Amino acid sequence: MARVIVDVMLKPEILDAQGQAIARALPRLGFTGVASVRQGKRFEVEIDGPADDAALAEVRKMAETLLANTVIEDFTLRVE
Amino acid sequence: MSTARVGVITFPGSLDDRDAARAVRLAEARAVPLWHADPDLHGVDAVILPGGFSYGDYLRAGAIARFAPVMQELIPAARAGLPVLGICNGFQVLCESHLLPGALIRNENLHFGCHDQRLRVENTETAWTSEYSPGQEVVIPVKNGEGRYVADAATLSELEREGRVVARYLGVNPNGSMNDIAGVTNEAGNVVGLMPHPEHAIEELTGPGTDGLPFFTSVLKRLVNA
Amino acid sequence: MSSAPHIDSVSRAAETPDERQPYAELGMKTDEYVRVKHILGRRPTSCELAIYSVMWSEHCSYKSSKVHLRQFGTKAPESDALLVGMGENAGVVDVGDGWAVTFKIESHNHPSYVEPYQGAATGVGGIVRDIMSMGARPVAVMDSLRFGPADAPDTRRVLPGVVAGIGGYGNSLGLPNIGGEVVFDESYLGNPLVNALCLGVLRKDQIKLATAPGPGNKVVLFGNRTGPDGIGGASVLASATFDEESQAKRPSVQVGDPFTEKVLIECCLELFAADVVVGIQDLGAAGVSCATTELAAKGTGGMDVRLDLVPLRDETLRPEEILMSESQERMMAVVTPEDVDRFMEICAKWDMPATVIGEVTDTGRLRMTWHGELIVDIPPGTAADEGPVYDRPYSRPLDQDELQRRDPAGLPRPDDLRAELLRLLGSPNLASKEWVTAQYDRYVRGNTVLATPADAGLLRIDEVMPGAEPSTRGVAISTDGNGRYTRLDPYAGAQLALAEAYRNVAAVGARPLAVTNCLNFGSPEDPEVMWQFAEAVRGLADACQTLGVPVTGGNVSFYNQTGSTAILPTPVVGVLGVIDDVTNRVRPGFTEEGATVLLLGETREEFGGSEWAHVAHGHLGGLPPAVDLAAERRLAELMAAAAAEGLLLASHDLSDGGLAIALAESCLTGRYGCRVTLPADPFVTLFSESTARMLVAVKPGAESRFAELAAGIAVTELGRTGGDALVIEDLFEISITELRETHTSTLPAIFD
Repeated sequence: MARVIVDVMLKPEILDAQGQAIARALPRLGFTGVASVRQGKRFEVEIDGPADDAALAEVRKMAETLLANTVIEDFTLRVE
Repeated sequence: MSTARVGVITFPGSLDDRDAARAVRLAEARAVPLWHADPDLHGVDAVILPGGFSYGDYLRAGAIARFAPVMQELIPAARAGLPVLGICNGFQVLCESHLLPGALIRNENLHFGCHDQRLRVENTETAWTSEYSPGQEVVIPVKNGEGRYVADAATLSELEREGRVVARYLGVNPNGSMNDIAGVTNEAGNVVGLMPHPEHAIEELTGPGTDGLPFFTSVLKRLVNA
Repeated sequence: MSSAPHIDSVSRAAETPDERQPYAELGMKTDEYVRVKHILGRRPTSCELAIYSVMWSEHCSYKSSKVHLRQFGTKAPESDALLVGMGENAGVVDVGDGWAVTFKIESHNHPSYVEPYQGAATGVGGIVRDIMSMGARPVAVMDSLRFGPADAPDTRRVLPGVVAGIGGYGNSLGLPNIGGEVVFDESYLGNPLVNALCLGVLRKDQIKLATAPGPGNKVVLFGNRTGPDGIGGASVLASATFDEESQAKRPSVQVGDPFTEKVLIECCLELFAADVVVGIQDLGAAGVSCATTELAAKGTGGMDVRLDLVPLRDETLRPEEILMSESQERMMAVVTPEDVDRFMEICAKWDMPATVIGEVTDTGRLRMTWHGELIVDIPPGTAADEGPVYDRPYSRPLDQDELQRRDPAGLPRPDDLRAELLRLLGSPNLASKEWVTAQYDRYVRGNTVLATPADAGLLRIDEVMPGAEPSTRGVAISTDGNGRYTRLDPYAGAQLALAEAYRNVAAVGARPLAVTNCLNFGSPEDPEVMWQFAEAVRGLADACQTLGVPVTGGNVSFYNQTGSTAILPTPVVGVLGVIDDVTNRVRPGFTEEGATVLLLGETREEFGGSEWAHVAHGHLGGLPPAVDLAAERRLAELMAAAAAEGLLLASHDLSDGGLAIALAESCLTGRYGCRVTLPADPFVTLFSESTARMLVAVKPGAESRFAELAAGIAVTELGRTGGDALVIEDLFEISITELRETHTSTLPAIFD
């Protein structure tokens, strides 16, 4: 068993309205010094075997196919 | 009544499928229910992907519906010229399927919004808009939480250059869509995606008017003349 | 309980009679616990204790309200329309052409304070399942909401969450939200009211009931898996008073999954159409405990359940927790053995998990096992129907006389009526609620004829069901309530809530038929609150009898208080009406010029509990406006007749804010203004809240026919529709643009 983390974020050029709303709320709550916030999604993919190159390639394909919409989103993979 | 048969796909979580079917009937065609799990278009002449939250839209709007068995039939048929109209969630499914460019993301104000919306019909050459006059201004309800149309600069300028923006919001832009885009079409003009809901503007009694009906009569005219 | 290393079986309970049990922590009184022991002839097992504690909670048993609620039955007016009355999941009303509708309103107040989004969302989910369990297709929802002052910081936390939750859940189900209320008052600051109503449609020969008859029939649990949601929620969240620890209760909140609920609706309707359901019950508060005991009690009387077969989302759940879990989107059906395969096929088509967990018996016992060990063995009726009943002491509040003596007659009145009208129109209670209602889908299903800001929601009945013909029939529904009136006089206040909802239904041209109610009060253990409750129930029952509209069901929510301060007593009343032809509906707006504007009914100087006294002076005192049910009835008859003959361009009920607000709203919802002359004292005419009044605009040429129909009702001609302003002759005028700016800017300025 291994766990692969896929982080999906809106591409930098796409306005992230949720992140902006959070960034606007923080100073109201007394948190200062925050330049910006971006919100994304995190997927924890548990795979049966080890996280070898083949498995990672498979998860990458999953991310491209379903987990992220590459028209608007980027993703990164890492093994945990 | 025309013999034209217009399919309306129901995914689990589709909501406006009955409304779309009613619009087809009021336009005097036959509405044929299509089921997401049935990989068969049953010989229909056109297809509507209705509004709703297919599969809950829990990942991204339209992301899972795109892989439904019926879509594996629809995608090649649409590429081959079958008239397809995606309304709201249907538009999201068409973008996820790459039948239309761009994507629809969370509204700029982060709220679901339901309003009677003024629109300008920009392209009357598509399968679904030929019954409008160019530049016609109409009122059609818009209701969505993820209706903000976005695309990269190159795609956007291509859409504008080729006149593929089908309709644009007038007055208030309800969701922050780029270039006030409410709907787009593919290059061939047979696939149209629209965020507003023309099926909710087909009867004086239940909508803001009947400005939505020409979307449904347009496709019939196309089919009868074909 | 969950850490107990052993299974507390029935035999173990018999062997350890003196084991200490946490009944008090579960909200049970000592005498109640003793009574359970007496019923069972031994101490209860921990699972049995779980069942009794939730089933005998105030929330499930109505133990403090039952003795009063009986009046809704004993005083019920004769009605041919009532197909199913009180005591089922929801009442069912015959609306003609073989159609029936079912409707009910229910509170989700405390959960919505703790976690506004999920609390409100699951409130919608719960009432929708109640309606489904009658065999109906849910077709619309409404919400009656009350919050603290609009500009209070906590209102800015609670209101947006509640609204987003109602929208997020209801919109995802494809149910139009067609009306409701949003009211602000200081007393709801620590205890908002979230009352959700659902309306369902069915063929009248297709009614389903919560019953489990027929030994050998299978008990099927279907829908979402069971998880640790809202464990103890029914008895802890729904009946505990808020205090500093409310944050710590967060884990008890249930989380909604609207997608599953939508699929569950379609799945249930297909099961009903296939006629494979003998009895059905939704799982709400008290989950499996409630569904099994109620189904068994109303059926043949017995049921055997293998609790270890319940599909779990969390495999570590203990049987006690399974019994108390409030996981959402679950239903329980009773199915004959021959139909089980077909039932399962339909569930599989909708990807809906379904599991046979038991069987109906004729033993008179509800018996449950856990991996072979008997853990529950009780007579189900003792948990479901025969819980404790309290006739709690009540007494008129000591300050009631003084409150009523505090007459608003002496309050300074404004010199500038124009400014006063605008001040009221922009005040949070009277301002446009579009910021809220725009977050709800009003169009889905294509049958919404009227929705907010119309006086009542109106739906065309156009459903595809076996045996159904196309129809022009429609049902109208309105919910109303006024906590300030009820505080001043609870007997009259409840009647005024009914009268307003009844009048709103009449305003659109429908005939009022039936009533549902949600009674929101403070602690029943406070005799002064109990007096408010008793008086309100008595008033409502009497008024329903006089108006000829039976109560079909409802809900009581007690313990609405912050610390020891109770909310304003708030009975919310929903009235349902029918209109034979929806194309005859009347809208509130002045949509054409040249119609004659009339005021129907008599205006008296009545400012007790009024919106004017509240906004201008923060004043609450005196008596609420006089109730005149005979006049309400005549007015409703007139409206139905005038609408059917197509005489009216517009109609709008007069209530909060009086004629001033009604005129402004009719200008705002149509395209035209009006020019009117006030017949008497301008201030009183504009702002008094006398009841049994209606503003109408009669179409040109229809005046004399309308006058004939209106014989016996006070009719005052005010003027004509037209222009782009509200013009009060000799006093002032306000452009529609200015009215709109004032009306629509208040809530966005606070909540955006």
